[in-house]
Amino acid sequence: MLAIVLEATAKIGFMFALIMGLVPVLIWAERKGSAFIQDRTGPNRAGVLGIRLAGLIHPIADVIKLLAKEDVVPAMRHKFLYALAPMLVMIVAMSTYAVIPFGDYIMIGGEKIELIVADLEVGMLFVLAIASLGTYGVALGGWASNSKYTFLGSLRATASMISYEITMGLAIMGLFLIFGTFRLTDIVAGQGDLIWGWLPKWGIIVQPLGFLLFIASVYAETNRTPFDMSERDSEIVAGYHTEYSSLKFALFFMAEYAHMVVAAALIAVLFFGGYQIPWLPRPVLEANAGAMLTGGLIAGGIVLGIIAWAFFRRARREKGWYNDAREREPGFLGSVCVVLALVNLGALGLQPWAISELGASLYATFAQIGAFVIKVAFFSWLFIWVRWTVPSFRYDQVMRLGWQIMLPAGLVNLLVTALWVFAVHQP
Amino acid sequence: MSYKGLPDVVTTRRRNLLESAYFTEIARGLAVTGRHLIRNLFNTDKMPTVQYPDQKRDYGPRFRGRHRLTQREDGSPRCVACMMCSTVCPADCIEIIAGEHPDPTIEKYSKEFNIDLLRCVYCGLCEEACPCDAIRMDTGIYEIAAETREAFVVNKDFLLNNDKDGTL
Repeated sequence: MLAIVLEATAKIGFMFALIMGLVPVLIWAERKGSAFIQDRTGPNRAGVLGIRLAGLIHPIADVIKLLAKEDVVPAMRHKFLYALAPMLVMIVAMSTYAVIPFGDYIMIGGEKIELIVADLEVGMLFVLAIASLGTYGVALGGWASNSKYTFLGSLRATASMISYEITMGLAIMGLFLIFGTFRLTDIVAGQGDLIWGWLPKWGIIVQPLGFLLFIASVYAETNRTPFDMSERDSEIVAGYHTEYSSLKFALFFMAEYAHMVVAAALIAVLFFGGYQIPWLPRPVLEANAGAMLTGGLIAGGIVLGIIAWAFFRRARREKGWYNDAREREPGFLGSVCVVLALVNLGALGLQPWAISELGASLYATFAQIGAFVIKVAFFSWLFIWVRWTVPSFRYDQVMRLGWQIMLPAGLVNLLVTALWVFAVHQP
Repeated sequence: MSYKGLPDVVTTRRRNLLESAYFTEIARGLAVTGRHLIRNLFNTDKMPTVQYPDQKRDYGPRFRGRHRLTQREDGSPRCVACMMCSTVCPADCIEIIAGEHPDPTIEKYSKEFNIDLLRCVYCGLCEEACPCDAIRMDTGIYEIAAETREAFVVNKDFLLNNDKDGTL
């Protein structure tokens, strides 16, 4: 009993840490990335003892600011629903992670632990159901604030979320037909196969149209550009969270990024093989763990060395720029990199440990978790990248695209996939 | 009237099927923004941004900064309280109270000379109107900060003393 509780707690803790760790990083990436895309410098002021980490300290400053801020509320709000809405949004954003497999399994003391919080038979249906609940948070927040802007924002958000949910469901129906299951662990396991012996059987390979429809509809579902009409500044101030301030606003803000991470995780799990590393299935990983670990450590040491060299070069160049603690930052970070590189190379001495069976198994597990995290980080970044690239659609364009183009395309995709699967399975 | 290189009439052509599908065009857009991102990532010090409090842009000698009052060779203020500057001032920010000068060839001097820096629009008309070259805006100071509105009304002593920074 205790073991089960511990196991579940550890897995929930990992998922929670992954989301909550990615949220401030994404906020930072949103600011710094948009700045670089627009040829600006971006945040670089907030720092602790001169350590600014290129603006990574700013989210911490934000949190302190939001904690210390007065909670201004509209007088004629619906008190209960107004307070409930941000919580609902956050709860929905957090609970979807329960069914996302972040790794294959881990062997501890001869026991096989599946790396998923809740391996539901109806996994993907659970995701769709929870995602629909997210609409409530937005709709209630907009309505309970008793303001015209929030009301319009929540109307728009509700309209787009409901419209695109249908496309989202249809887009992945093809995947369910091909893999024959709703269970996300089985879908990921199925994507470890190779077609014709060389092409990974990833969702994007077998369902390219489904992928495009899905990625477009999750962008609409998370209310991100180009479907961000529910919070368009120039039309309706900040949309459904206009009247929120202080920590309630922070919840909405964090929920937006948590939604992005869950959407990215879904894209990775459904269409990019989840934790699977292409052409390197688990047995291969385990068999070559020692060699790969050695290579990885050497490569990591070299990369860290190059980064350290860049930092030291920067330290030399920046001498005399500021005349305060900030000048020591590149030198300090460079030293940290040197220490990490030395640790990396020192770990090479532990080589025999890596080859033991337990070590090989652990190595394979962590390599796969790493692959999953990298995929999630990339698709989270794609959200930001797309936001600073494409202009938004108009409200009517969003509706037309959703109902007149993407819905029929989803139906056609489903029909073609069904016929193809039927033809293949015909005896 | 057409600009060089730009056509008089902008003709739009119909999007072809690939462009209407939107995804290839998004990919092209992503390539453009990604190029900017990578270029700036590896050339952070070539960014045109001026890191303001640490770096400051050089302004030309004609830049109109905070005012100062000039002095004669003997160290007395050149101002003769002729009221030209306060008359021409469009923001009406200069207040002068005249007094009688002991030297009969000078006649008047300013007993008080106050400028409300919050009202000043830094147009430089006072400089041009002054017949004695008594008021100038060549200090180059443009960072003017104070805690109260009252502190922005600066007096004659302040304006005569040139080696002050922007903090009032």
